Amino acid sequence: MSAMRNHFQQWMNSGSPWVWFTAGAVSLSLVMVFGLLGLIAGNGLGHFWPSRLALVELEGEPPVLMLGELADHETVAASRVRDGGGTVPEGATVVKRLLLKRGNRDLNEQDFVWINAPSIKRLEYPTDVVAIERREWGNLYGRIKGLTENDQPVPATELPARLDRALALREDIDHLEKEEIGAVNYQIERLRLREKAARKRGIAEAELEALVAEKAALEASYQALATKLQTLNAEIGRDKMLFETITGEQRPVALSKVVRVYAPNQLSTGEKAAHYLRKLREFIAEQPREANTEGGVYPAIFGTVLLVVIMSVFVTPLGVIAAVYLREYAKPGPVTSAIRIAVNNLAGVPSVVYGVFGFGFFVYLVGGSLDQAFFADALPSPTVGTPGLLWSALTLTLLTVPVVIVATEEGLTRIPRAIREGSLALGATKAETLWRTVLPMATPAMMTGLILAVARAAGEVAPLMMVGVVKLAPALPLDGNFPYLHLERKFMHLGFHIYDVGFQSPNVEAARPLVYSTALLLVFIIMSLNLAAIRLRNRLREKYNAAE
Amino acid sequence: MRPNNRLNTEPDTAMSDTPLSLAQVVAETHPARAAEDAKNPRECLKIDNLSLFYGEKQALFNVSMSIPEKRVTAFIGPSGCGKSTLLRCCNRLNELIDGVRIEGAINLLGENIYAPGMDIANLRRRVGMVFQKPNPFPKSIYENVAYGLRIQGISNRRVLDRAVESALRGAALWDEVRDRVHESALGLSGGQQQRLVIARAIAIEPEVLLLDEPASALDPISTLKIEELIYELKANYTIVIVTHNMQQAARVSDYTAFMYMGNLVEVGETKTLFTTPRQKQTEDYITGRYG
Repeated sequence: MSAMRNHFQQWMNSGSPWVWFTAGAVSLSLVMVFGLLGLIAGNGLGHFWPSRLALVELEGEPPVLMLGELADHETVAASRVRDGGGTVPEGATVVKRLLLKRGNRDLNEQDFVWINAPSIKRLEYPTDVVAIERREWGNLYGRIKGLTENDQPVPATELPARLDRALALREDIDHLEKEEIGAVNYQIERLRLREKAARKRGIAEAELEALVAEKAALEASYQALATKLQTLNAEIGRDKMLFETITGEQRPVALSKVVRVYAPNQLSTGEKAAHYLRKLREFIAEQPREANTEGGVYPAIFGTVLLVVIMSVFVTPLGVIAAVYLREYAKPGPVTSAIRIAVNNLAGVPSVVYGVFGFGFFVYLVGGSLDQAFFADALPSPTVGTPGLLWSALTLTLLTVPVVIVATEEGLTRIPRAIREGSLALGATKAETLWRTVLPMATPAMMTGLILAVARAAGEVAPLMMVGVVKLAPALPLDGNFPYLHLERKFMHLGFHIYDVGFQSPNVEAARPLVYSTALLLVFIIMSLNLAAIRLRNRLREKYNAAE
Repeated sequence: MRPNNRLNTEPDTAMSDTPLSLAQVVAETHPARAAEDAKNPRECLKIDNLSLFYGEKQALFNVSMSIPEKRVTAFIGPSGCGKSTLLRCCNRLNELIDGVRIEGAINLLGENIYAPGMDIANLRRRVGMVFQKPNPFPKSIYENVAYGLRIQGISNRRVLDRAVESALRGAALWDEVRDRVHESALGLSGGQQQRLVIARAIAIEPEVLLLDEPASALDPISTLKIEELIYELKANYTIVIVTHNMQQAARVSDYTAFMYMGNLVEVGETKTLFTTPRQKQTEDYITGRYG
């Protein structure tokens, strides 16, 4: 007994328990991180894999037929099913049930239905059914019965070629609408503001005529484009296919509304992989469709990255300059200490508070004043006095500037005294020493600050909801119209997108996998931004290393 | 009178074997200095009743002494005796420390460096300094040496090239680094770095060179090289060296000052001080009884 206690005492004294304890904490953290990433990746990446279409026949008179993807399954208490009005065999305590994604949202009442396994009479995977991805109203599941051109039947084998034609036309239309007509509209709007301003300050007759002429020219080019658009729209509506649901209901579907047609039960693994990659590419590179529950998140990726970049441009100089003053010039004393404490505490203020501040200060006060001063012609519609990219970037700058200040100060402190004295002893002034020696050596520390700032800013959503992020932005903040970078525009953001898709979506079941995919993408983008910054920092460190 | 004759050469011929010797440059730019008779050293620095306080604590007590031009003067004494503090008073580097107060004066060639309105940056150009630990900047060898010149606004490539080469030759480093002057100075050995720092200091042609234990962080061979360099440099510069190592002081210096507890105990020609010290404290220290 006492020998054992001795042994235990020895083990305690050896320090091993402490090693086990600390290593355990690390393992737990690792498990949590990888568990989180694994969960997100598993759920998010699986979404794009084409699932087979199941034909389900339910008991009843006459039998009910359903076609769709088996999205989920669960086991529930039998009593719950009975209460819900379902039929459960006598004596069963639990019931397995399946979630079927039926699609055909415009035909069925419910997109997703739970089916009790006991009531299934037949479950099979017929090879002749197809899935049709549409621009609106979700997927169609059923059979294609024919193809028409201007309501005249054509062989159904021409479907792929005709679909390609429709897709190409759609691309032309999008280009025409977004780029060309968008540019003309932009010019017309600018002209309108110019005219308004000119009238306000009094205008010469000749000038007015010039404006009118210019306007007429723009209107004419707009008309030309509109006509072209009409022709294209007529063209794209030429072909239709005849679609039949599993229950035999038929309806024509215009090819202009279709994104993709495939027969998932016929696909080989290779074809499925190709389909998967296409969907993945679409997710990353295309616009969202259907209230963000389909299509891609490209505008949100773009918005997130651009926001972080603009924030970095603001926060780095601001933080570095502030840190230089605090560390190099401010006299140490109670005031400096108070400022330092305040800066540190600022980093702990909840981000939504920054959102409120950004909205009140940047959007209303600064933006509103700027509108009064420079864009009075456009009032009452605000130009910059409304949430937008610039205000979001500035709000995030405020949010992250303490991090940069603290990191830079730390870096400045670490620079050996001998280096400063060496420079001063050569006749350099304090400012010259700072610029030529101290600041370059502190760049790795500044990068550390920036890395932390980026990591924090890229994940923020709450403040952005008040100062510029939207569910669906009509245009990217960067385009071909002068001045190219439109800082006053609203933008989309991956973090907000997750919230929007997950909680504001009309079709929660359909959107759930996208929440995971988007979350994975957000993590991936933040990681990439960080890795880029870390690589840069390591290179700087190498350059200035061994300086102590 | 020159106590050390091992390198008894005229200043302008000290390095006549190299086409770009520092001595020649000095002779061109400072003919008066070059022509100065070595036998009658002028007074270069005159420390006059200098006291220094770190806050309430007094670190130097009414130090007065004279430092002759183009000679090596060594400050010796136990740790904390104030010798480094005194050295750093000569280029006003102590003022970087908060709460330092200085009374008294130091005259550099007759001009009080503590006079109000003194241009400190200019003073430090005239009084160069080398520190205990080599402190090259994390730049190339070339940029390290050119640093002081660039500060002065010199950016002409040819002028810089010439100055860098002559400074590196002057610090006896040129032959070792001539092929890699654009590589990082941090890749040099400790001894090379210290000579680089000396080259950096002499590149701006100061009048005085302050050396704060320049060899204490180096191995014996590097120490020897630095000591040889000091012999050569005194032809053109007034050198003040702080050292812990009494043998070093005896080897390299012409004059030695012994300090103890912030007081200047004794100053005199090195030979005299080491053989027949006037003060009991000095004798105790140099014979190793304390310190």
